Parts: sequence; C-alpha cells; structure tokens
Amino acid sequence: MTQAPLIERHALEYPGGYTRSVGPALSKFFTGLRDGRIFGVKLGDGRVMVPPTEYDPDTAEELGEYVEVGPGGTVKAWTWVAEPRLGKHHLGKPFAFALVLPDGADLPMLHVVDVAGPEAMSIGMRVEPRWSSERVGYITDLDAFVPESAGGTSGAAPNGSSDAEAVTGIVTPIRLEYEVNAGRAASKYLRGLADHKILGQRAKDSQDVYVPPRGSDPKTGHPTEVEVEVSDTGTITTFCVVNLPGLSDLAPEVPYVCAQILLDGSNTPWFGLVQGIDAYEVRLGMRVKAVWVDQPSADARSIKWFEPTGDPDAPYDSYKEYA
Amino acid sequence: MRDVAVVGFAQSTARKDRERNEVEFISPVVQVAVERSGIAKADIGFTISGSCDYLSGGPFTFVQGLDAAGAWPPIRESHVEMDAAWALYEAWVAIQTGEVDSALIYGFGKSSLGDVHEIMTLQYDPYTVAPLWPSMVDMAALQASVFLDASGRTERDLAEVAARCRKAGLGNEFAIESEDVSPEALLERPVTHAPLRDSDIPPVTDGASAMVIAADDVARRASSRPAWIRGIDHRIEPQHIGARDLAASVSTRKAGERAGANGSFDVAELHSAFSHEELILRDALGINGTDVNPSGGPLVANALMSAGLTRIGEVATRISEGRADRGLAHATQGPCLQQNLVCVLEGE
Repeated sequence: MTQAPLIERHALEYPGGYTRSVGPALSKFFTGLRDGRIFGVKLGDGRVMVPPTEYDPDTAEELGEYVEVGPGGTVKAWTWVAEPRLGKHHLGKPFAFALVLPDGADLPMLHVVDVAGPEAMSIGMRVEPRWSSERVGYITDLDAFVPESAGGTSGAAPNGSSDAEAVTGIVTPIRLEYEVNAGRAASKYLRGLADHKILGQRAKDSQDVYVPPRGSDPKTGHPTEVEVEVSDTGTITTFCVVNLPGLSDLAPEVPYVCAQILLDGSNTPWFGLVQGIDAYEVRLGMRVKAVWVDQPSADARSIKWFEPTGDPDAPYDSYKEYA
Repeated sequence: MRDVAVVGFAQSTARKDRERNEVEFISPVVQVAVERSGIAKADIGFTISGSCDYLSGGPFTFVQGLDAAGAWPPIRESHVEMDAAWALYEAWVAIQTGEVDSALIYGFGKSSLGDVHEIMTLQYDPYTVAPLWPSMVDMAALQASVFLDASGRTERDLAEVAARCRKAGLGNEFAIESEDVSPEALLERPVTHAPLRDSDIPPVTDGASAMVIAADDVARRASSRPAWIRGIDHRIEPQHIGARDLAASVSTRKAGERAGANGSFDVAELHSAFSHEELILRDALGINGTDVNPSGGPLVANALMSAGLTRIGEVATRISEGRADRGLAHATQGPCLQQNLVCVLEGE
C-alpha cells in the first residue's frame, strides 16, 4: 500500500532579524538614505559606484572618497515582478527590479521601480527616488524609483538632511519556510511507532542494525534494505544528569537523566530520557524499558521515556563498544 | 602535472522527491558511480562533496550526506558549499599533490523543500541587495535585459536556445522538462520574468550526481577509455553586479584560456541555467559549430549543487562511450554567472 510521505513544516528564522554592523562605506550610504541622499564612492580608476564599498571590487584598493549622486537616474536593465512575495517585497504590489544608473555614477545599482505595469518600463527611461516617509537607515528608505516628473528631477528628500547620528548598523529579518520529508527509512520507523514497534534497518552485507534508520549504512554507504524489529528494552551505555531547568518544553523537572540506550537487537545507541528512578541512581549497564504514550502515533514522541526493568545490570563486555 | 581522468559517473534527478531523504537519493548514485569506475570503494583516496545547507534549511546538513558515501574506517574527506564541480577541482588538486591517486566527488540538493528561487536570495549582498528579495530568476532576468540590450540579440534568440534544449531533453532520461517545440511556438507563450519566458528558466529539480576520478595508471587500469582532464580552471568576478560587465563573461573567457579551451570540440556541456547564459558563454568561449548541451542542459534539469558536475559527467560519459573525442564542460556558481569553471576533456 502506498502511503503519503511524512512531511514536516520547518521554518528557518532568527527572531528579531540579524543585526549587522555596516562599516564606514555603508554607514555613509545608509546615513545618506536616511537623509534622503544617495552616496557612491570613487573607485581607483575614477569611476563612481553605488552603493559604495570599502574596497575597490577590481583591485581591493582601499576607498574613501564618497560622492553624492542622483537623485535622478536612468534605467539600464529591468525585469517585472508580477507576483510580489508576501512579507519580502516591501511595496506589496507588482513592481520592477531594475539596474538604475544615478546621475553622476558610472556603475548601476539594483533597486525597484514602482510603475503600473511592465509596459511602463523601458531601458533608458528616466527615474527619480520616492523616499519613504519614515526613514531609519535601510535600503528601503529609498522606497522606490518612479518615473521622473515632467520638468526634471524633483526627488529631493521631503525633510532634507538631519543632524542625527550616523547609521552604524541594520537589522535584516529573514524567514524561509520548508517542507521536510522524513524519507523512506525514517518513515517506516515512525509508522512502526504507531504500531507499538521499533523498526530498524540493516544493509544486506552487514549485521549492524541502525535505529532510527536513515536509509544507508553509514560505514559503507550501502542501502539498508533489511527491516529488523528491535526490542523496546535496552541497556544504558552512557548518560548525563541535567540540572538546568527550562531547556525544552518537553523536558521533565530537574534533575533528570538523558541517556544513550542500546536497544536489544540494535547496534546504535539512541537518545532517551530516564525516569522512575532517582537521577543519581542511574548507572551504566542499567537495563531499561520504554514507556509509551497511551495512543502511539507516527511521531518520535510516542515513547515518553525509559524506566528501569529491575533486572540485573548488563555485563560491561556486552556494551563496552558503545560506551 | 599528473594525468587525471574521469572513470565513473552517475546522476539522478526528480521534479519533487517527497519520498526519499537526501541520503536515500545520494546513496544509489554514489554506488553506481563507484561501480562504473571499477575501483574498489576502499581504494578511493579522497571523498569530497558539494552542497548548500540553505536548500534543506538546517546547519551542517551536508554532513548527513556522508552516510551515503560510507565513512568507516575513517576516510579522508572534504566539502565545498558550492556546486560539486568545485569539489572536482579540489579533488583534482589533491591528486596533483601526489597524496592520493583517486577521488570520489558527489553533489546533491533538494531544491523542492522550500521556495528555492527565494532561498537563493541569501547568497546576495546582505546589506543592500538581499533585503529587497530579488530571486535567482529576477537576477538572471536583469542579466538577460543587459545582454539583449548590449548585444542586439532578441527574445527570438533566447527562444531558439530554449527550443533546441527542450528538444534535446527528449533524449535524456534525467530531463525534468522536455518537448518538441519550435521557437515560434515558445514566443507565443507569455513573458513571465521580462525578458524571460518560463522556457528560458530552469525547472526546479531535486538531484544528485557522483563521479570518480583517477590518476595515470590507476585510471588506465580502471577504464578502457578514460576521459582525461586536459585542463581545468576557475575564475570569479566581484559580487556587486553593478561592478561587472553583465553582457559578457570575462571570468569564463579567462578560465577557458587557462584550461586550454581552444580548437575544435565534438561536444560542449554548458551550465547555462537560463537561455541567455548559453549565448553569453558561447561568446566567452568562442564556441562555433560545436554540439552544445546535447543533454538539453540545465534548462531541462537543473539540480542545484550538482548540475555543474553533471556537465563534466555528461562530456566524460560521451568520451568514455566513444561518442566524442574532445569535449568542453563548464560550471557556474553565484548570481549572473559570477564564478565560472571550464574543463577540457579528451579520450586517447
């Protein structure tokens, strides 16, 4: 029977955004944007580049002669974004990405042009900045370039320059979303949990059983095609006592024990919590058994923790390879 | 210099592989490449991979790829956060040092886990470019805009490249998109990222490829017709796209000169993910009259982080099978053809 793949949603995000210090050249640039002005830098060969860099992109020579450019400019290349990305594209409506050559600059800069549609875009068209009303020292302080007003550029900043301190840092929010799939081997393992089973795998040419399986024998790279059910009872091969509270929403009250447990029939110790015993009585070789949730599902949390079986400890030789 | 040859290659692609994890789709490709090389896995001196952690959204996920290669007893290993063509370069250098005689190279990436066009934005300047969120397609479209304006070429020229590649893809079992279509018919389709149409843009592709290379007599013993790497070089341009001449690829031209990419070739495989890139690369390498991208190229299957290595593998396979004597392969990395690698391969 074909089953739907097990998919988990996953977001890559740093809360609050990455805080970046900008250095002298971009400080000049972002401070300029905040004040409604565009600054470039003179390169070693005399050309003016925007945004400015600290070093010449061709020769790595140190730069530092800043030149105010624009505000008017000319579109040198463009493409149309018909479907803006929510939370990413700041205009929130269709727009053009363009390489704009500000007057007085020799190399174009990438920014956006706000016009009604792609038919309003052309190479060579004249544009001027439309400034954001609230400027903080960020690339979108220049909200967009727009077609130049009749009679020439007007794009001076509405409130001119300020005496506020120079911009020294920016915060860049980033969020990426993923749908991660478990893969064939791990899906079998997860579905096994729903049936109260722990399913490992091994390669045809090896007796090493891996739990949870990832699809290949990490020693040889050979596919693990043989399914092996292992016991939910095993031996503690190593452990630590956790005394720091609040490490995870799932963590029990401190002190508690995180252990590596070699399940009977498996060759890879796996991670489990140990409960039902004073944390300081846990020891290597102790025999433990999984405690399952009442309704197991295809979820690694189907096993809550492990508790001692009360059997005599396993002899050291039986697990020393894993300790 | 030691003579180094490609002696084994394999690849795999999928539009959206939701069933297998990375290890499960790399592992068979590695096994096949090693089998084809005729060199025992335990005898391979060096293993190196190319991938990008952002594709799967987790730090150090490339390390998991090692499970597909097998790392016990401990192996000599390395990784590049780049297309695996650059892993091949490092492996080639490792062989030149005399430390090893053979190497396994693999590249992999599941582009379908997130919105890959958006994920690739994170490779741009994080201060003034990435916060505006141009996608990898937007960046390519800007280069196409510059190129058409500067060269006098037209959307018709792009459509001819796209139609030829899509047709060639019909003969490639690893093609994700292919069709027998005329340039005229493609021009009827809507422009989606001006001046590009969807046929000028590569399909999102999950995939992996693997290669074994070997030196001198090891290669001769392993393969009846090794594909010898006669020259290999790579060059990079500034990140600031305004500082580059986007209408030409100076780095490709220089890498080509250093790799000895002159004279005639039976086949060329170019890592031209977008139609206009093929035209820019042809100009940079002076390609004329050569069969370009007979596989259909990246326009029919573009597995990020392995598509560049696959170009070299496609040429090597044609040489080893006796279908070509001399071939040219190219790989690229970064927005708007920022970094380019050129490799010249020959049979004996």
